Amino acid sequence: MAKFNMVQALNLALREEMERDPTVLVMGEDVGVDGGVFRVTEGLLNKFGSERVIDTPLAESGIVGTAIGMAVSGLKPVAEIQFEGFSYLTIDQLAAHASRIRYRSRGTYHCPLVMRSPYGGGVKALEHHSEAVATFFIHIPGLKVVIPSSPYDAKGLLISAIRDPDPVIFFEPKRLYRAFREEVPEGEYTVPLGEGKKLTEGDDITLISWGSMARVCLEALQQVKDVSVELIDLRTLSPMDERIIIESIKKTGRAAVVHEEPRTLGPGAEVVARINEKAFLYLEAPVKRLTGYDVPVPLPKLEDYYLPDAERVADAIKEVMAF
Amino acid sequence: MSVDWLQILDAEGNVEEDLEPKLDNGMLEKFYRTMVLTRLFDDKALKLQRQGRMLTYGSSLGQEASVIGSAYAMNPDDWFFPSFREHGAQIARGIPLKLLYTYWMGHEDANLSLPYRNFPVAIPVSTQIPHAVGAAWAAKILKQNIASVVYFGDGATSEGDFHEGLNFAGVFKTPTVFICQNNQYAISMPRERQTASKTLAQKALAYGFEGVQVDGNDVLAVYSATKAALDKARAGGGPAMIECFTYRMSAHTTSDDPTKYRQMAEVEEWKKKDPIKRFQIYLSKKGIWSQDYENNLTKELTEQVEKAVEEAESFKPDVENMFRYVYAEMPPHLREQKDELLAYVSKKMGR
Repeated sequence: MAKFNMVQALNLALREEMERDPTVLVMGEDVGVDGGVFRVTEGLLNKFGSERVIDTPLAESGIVGTAIGMAVSGLKPVAEIQFEGFSYLTIDQLAAHASRIRYRSRGTYHCPLVMRSPYGGGVKALEHHSEAVATFFIHIPGLKVVIPSSPYDAKGLLISAIRDPDPVIFFEPKRLYRAFREEVPEGEYTVPLGEGKKLTEGDDITLISWGSMARVCLEALQQVKDVSVELIDLRTLSPMDERIIIESIKKTGRAAVVHEEPRTLGPGAEVVARINEKAFLYLEAPVKRLTGYDVPVPLPKLEDYYLPDAERVADAIKEVMAF
Repeated sequence: MSVDWLQILDAEGNVEEDLEPKLDNGMLEKFYRTMVLTRLFDDKALKLQRQGRMLTYGSSLGQEASVIGSAYAMNPDDWFFPSFREHGAQIARGIPLKLLYTYWMGHEDANLSLPYRNFPVAIPVSTQIPHAVGAAWAAKILKQNIASVVYFGDGATSEGDFHEGLNFAGVFKTPTVFICQNNQYAISMPRERQTASKTLAQKALAYGFEGVQVDGNDVLAVYSATKAALDKARAGGGPAMIECFTYRMSAHTTSDDPTKYRQMAEVEEWKKKDPIKRFQIYLSKKGIWSQDYENNLTKELTEQVEKAVEEAESFKPDVENMFRYVYAEMPPHLREQKDELLAYVSKKMGR
C-alpha cells in the first residue's frame, strides 16, 4: 500500500470524491492554477476543469457566502480559506447563515459545505499564520468541527465531511502536512465524524488531545514510560465524542487535556466540564489543562514558549499522577 | 459616471407609451391587487404589533411597487433571496399570508412550508447577497435555465458582502439580478451619508456590469427593468443591478421614531408620488379601476388578511423543533439537552 503524507492524503480524498460525485467542487484563493499554497489541491484543475476547481477573488466572506448559495442549490462546495488567521472573516457567514439554514428553514434547505483551512502553529510563520482557532467555530451551533492528526484520518475524515449534509469546518494542522507518511489506501474508506480514537490504551491517566498536539502527546509518552497512558485523539471537536472520554476516565480516574488554543473557554474547558458532569466521582485528581496561553500567538522567536511540547506534556502527566 | 433612469408611469399616472410593457389586463390587475393586499397586510401587522401580538416589524409602506413589480418579473423557478422588508414580493411569489404572519409572530416553523427557491428572510444587512450569487452560479454550473434575484436596501451597499457578492457575480458572470431598494434611509442615516456615489446603481459599473436606476414607485418601470435584466441573465448575459428609487413612508420598524431624523414635509412630498395611487389612475384610464372595484377589492382582501391572522394566531409551536433542525441527525449532546428541556416542560405542565 502506498505511503502518503497528509497533503497527499487530502489531495487524494478531494480527487476521489470529485470523481465519484459531480456536484463536489473546490473553490478558494489560489486553489486552481497554483494548486493551493500548501499544494493540497494540486492537479485538480487539470483533471476537473475551471468550473469545478475555482480560483476565486480574494474575499473570504465572499467565498463562504457564495458557497452557501451553491450548497443550498444542490452542489457540494469545498471552500478553502488560505490561512486560519483569515477565517475570522468567514464567521459572519457561518454563524449568521451556514450554521442555521437548516434550522431557519426547518429543513427545507440544508447547507452541505466544507470549509477547509490550514490550522495551528509550529511552522515558524508570519503573524496570523499560526493560530489555533477551533473554539470560535465549536461555539456555533449547527457547525461541525474536524481536525485530523494523521494522513489516514485526514483522508477518511475529509470524505465524511464532504458527504455530510451539514456544514463542516475542516482544520488541517499545517505542522503535520508533511511531518510523516503512513499507509493510506486508495479508494473508498471513511472515518466517521464525531468519533474519537484511542492512539494508545492505558490504565493510569487519560490524555485528551487532537491535531498536532496529539502527535506531541505521543512523543511525550517516551518520557513517561512508567505511566500507562490512554491517549485519545478526539478528531472531531464538534460534536465531541464524550463517550470515549468518560469511559476512559471511569477506568483511569485521572486526565489531562492538551491543546494549542488559548486556555480561557478553549475546547479543554468543555472537556473538563463534561468530565465534571459525567465522571466527577471517578476522579482522583483535578483535570489538568495544558494549552496555549491567553495571549496572541507569538511570532516564531517566542512560539516555542507558547506551544505545549513533549516535555511539558510529560510534566503535566507527572503532575496529575503525583496528586 | 452616469446610469440610465427609467420611469414609465409618472406620479400623475401619465404613461410613456413607447416604454409601456405589453401586459394583459389580468396581469395589471394582479399587480394592483398585490400592492393593495401588501398595504393591508402591513397595516394589520402594525396594529398587531402595537397590541403585542407580533414581533418588531418593518413596514413596506410606499415601497409596494418596487417589491411587487420586480417579483412579478421573476419566473416561478427563479431563486428569490429577500431581505426583511419584501412582504409584497413574498406575497407575489405565492407565499401564503398566513405563513408571513406566523413568521413575524415568532415561529421559525412558518419557513417549513416555503415554496422551493424562496429563501427565508435575512435579518443581517447584505449577508444574503453572496448567497444569491452562489445560487445563480450553481444554476449555471448545473445548466439550469434559472436566475436569482436578491433584495437589499441602500444601507446594504456599504457592507462588505455587497462588494464581495457583486464582485464575484461580475467575475463569474452569474445570472443574478441585484434589486436595491433605495428607500432613502438606513434607519436614521440618509442615503447621501451612506456613500459619496451619485447613484447606487453606478456601483455595478465598477464590477463590470450594468446598473440602472428606476422610479421605484412606478410598478411598470420596476417590472420592465427587472424583466429585461432577468431575460438577459438567463441568456448568459451576466448580472445586473437595479436601484429602485423609492421612499420608506413608515418608520424603519415598529421600534423606530422617524420624527427624530426627518422632516414631515419630506414625507408629505413623497406622499404625492404614491405607487398605488398612480397605478389606480392608470387602471382607471384603462377602464379597469372604479370606486366600486376598489370597494369590492378592499373588502375581499381585508377578509383574506383577517383570516390569515386568525390562522397564524392559532399556530402552536413544537418545542422539540428547537433541537430537531440543527443537524440532519441529532448528536448525543443535543439529545441530552432536548430531554432536559422536555423533562422541565412536562414538570411544568403537570403542575
